[in-house]
Amino acid sequence: MVGIVSYGFYIPKYRIKTKEIADVWGKKSQEIENSLAIYEKTVSGVDEDSLTMGYESASMALLKTNIERSAIKVVFFGSETHPYAVNPASTILGGFLGIEKNYLAYDTEFACKAATGAMISGFSLIKSNFSDYALITASDKAMGQPHDALEYTAASGSTSFLLGKNNLILELIDCQSFSSDTPDFWRREGIRYPSHGGRFTGKPAYFYHISEATKLILKKNHLQPKNFQQVIFHMPNGKFPLGVGLSLGFEKKQIEKSLVVSQLGNSYSASALMGLVASLDFSKEGSLILLTSYGSGAGSDSFIFKVTRNLKKQRQDFYKQINDKKYINYSQYLKFMDII
Amino acid sequence: MNFVTGYYTTRFGELWEKSLFDLVEEAINGVLKNTDLDKHQIDAIFFGNMLAGVLENNLHSPSKISEIINTNIPIFRVEAACASGGAAFNLANNYLDANPEKTIMVLGAEKMTDYSPEETTQALVSAASGEEQEAGLTFPGLYGLMANFYLEKYGYNEENLAYVPYKNHIHGSLNDKAHFQKKVSLESILKSSYIAYPLKVLDCSPVSDGASAVILTNNKITIKKSFCSVGVLASEIATDSISLKTRKRLDEILATKIAAEKAFTKSKLKAKQINIAELHDCFSIAEILAMEDLGFWKKGEGGRQIKKMTTLYSSRSGLVVNTSGGLKAAGHPVGATGIKQIGEVFLQLTNQAEKRQVKNVKYGLTHNVGGSGGTAVVSIFTI
Repeated sequence: MVGIVSYGFYIPKYRIKTKEIADVWGKKSQEIENSLAIYEKTVSGVDEDSLTMGYESASMALLKTNIERSAIKVVFFGSETHPYAVNPASTILGGFLGIEKNYLAYDTEFACKAATGAMISGFSLIKSNFSDYALITASDKAMGQPHDALEYTAASGSTSFLLGKNNLILELIDCQSFSSDTPDFWRREGIRYPSHGGRFTGKPAYFYHISEATKLILKKNHLQPKNFQQVIFHMPNGKFPLGVGLSLGFEKKQIEKSLVVSQLGNSYSASALMGLVASLDFSKEGSLILLTSYGSGAGSDSFIFKVTRNLKKQRQDFYKQINDKKYINYSQYLKFMDII
Repeated sequence: MNFVTGYYTTRFGELWEKSLFDLVEEAINGVLKNTDLDKHQIDAIFFGNMLAGVLENNLHSPSKISEIINTNIPIFRVEAACASGGAAFNLANNYLDANPEKTIMVLGAEKMTDYSPEETTQALVSAASGEEQEAGLTFPGLYGLMANFYLEKYGYNEENLAYVPYKNHIHGSLNDKAHFQKKVSLESILKSSYIAYPLKVLDCSPVSDGASAVILTNNKITIKKSFCSVGVLASEIATDSISLKTRKRLDEILATKIAAEKAFTKSKLKAKQINIAELHDCFSIAEILAMEDLGFWKKGEGGRQIKKMTTLYSSRSGLVVNTSGGLKAAGHPVGATGIKQIGEVFLQLTNQAEKRQVKNVKYGLTHNVGGSGGTAVVSIFTI
């Protein structure tokens, strides 16, 4: 059996309200809030990037474990805002965490599902006895062009997971991927801001891939929506995950605990996994969790986990920690995001 | 007289999975099937399209259509901004007047949603004058200026405008080919965001993909064998200054008035005899101006008249307007719009409009406008 041994997260202290951004552009904030179901989002500081946030979340993931760092022979760093175009963040992360040096490291990129793909690789490497443990970090300092719709949603944050075989808090029951060439969102080399296909990012992209991956994993495991206590879908906004969940036959109460996007925004590769760590505040021993990520371009990774009794010892009380925040104005936001 | 003997339209909307010529191919095959015609019975094709050259770097579309249909007949691309479809029909009608015993396919198509809103807006505004483009005006801006002038001059407000999309969305909810098949409330129209004052999101027609086709013929055998047909009493086109600044009046579209006068004269009909009309409601103000310029309402009374909802399909006023949902609810794939309007009148006159069928219709009118009124096509049909 493989699964998740421990987890950590990092949420920057700074927040900007949707209204603050809407007011700058002369938009009706209530209309935007109703449309996106996002009321504020996280902003990382001027001295933070995906790597510093990744270090914070990985440190938390390792804090309550007594595992020798040398037992971690896999470090993967999933992001679409790596600090370097060439130069891996995974080795810098491994070095700062003291993971010496007999380990496999690489960075992954697949829009908002960079880390869940890495997670599947990590589980596979543990199953094949390449390593007893794998550290998977998801981290993004997501950028939206000023006046683009993404400006209301693109946020910062990180999550990390230590995968292993023993002392699991979540047992992996199964995983399933679904991919296609669907160019709904992209950023070319050297271009600062991502481009997107507007509403094309919805039905033929997000909804199609999440639905197909989720339907495949449910069918393969002979499970029904009602069999799950917690259900998490990638959160580009607050409307899509509920929409796709309800269309697949899940109920709002199964999804709502994961909907941190309304308060935190979309931290891209960390977004769906942020929903997972939020859900773990409420997950009961023996219950099943369904997680389906989405990455533009496009693909979805779907996971079924079973909660074990070990979760109590590793629980990080996510919801208590997200209220430590400081609001900034739009000028500060531009400064923190290195736009001015 | 020339006769329309069949119609087909794709659904209008955000058709991500289909290219411009996928849509054209569907329309060609659809209208041939609906009329039970073989492609070898088509003597020429007129194709209305505005944006393929600007957006897709694709201007030699007649040759592409030849490749699709696999024939070597004359095929003409017609461009007159948003009146491209209507202009294609007008030219096809004239072509038939000069060529007896011929059958023509009139196509209209546009692919607009593969591009960013900025790219599509920029492409559309190529139909405005250079000076207006340089001043930063887009079509919502131009029609916003006209709307503002109209409301000020006649003492109306934005609520008067809102009744146009309110009515047309009711019609769109009855049309399974419409881009938007749902009703919208007056409150939601009035609360929607401004695009260009006083026009709000729900005053404006959408960016859509779609293709439509009709068969137009003067071939006696084809007419005789057709399942149904409507006669073309008139199809007239008029032009006017491309720039608003040189227009004599901002509360009318002169090209519409001229084309309408010619069409009514040729058809020997009066406005009050028209039972069904498809008007160019690219913006809410445009339908009100059209109702006045076509002679259905007196100048300046449109703002008051529209609130009576007498042109709703269920009314018994004798004239129902935009049963397709208009450009607002049915969608506005620019080159296809003029053909869809003719197709809708064909469906109504031949009693095929299903849930939105208006009873006892004898005469139908279509009105297709290019730009802010630089081109207008008015056609009149009868059963």
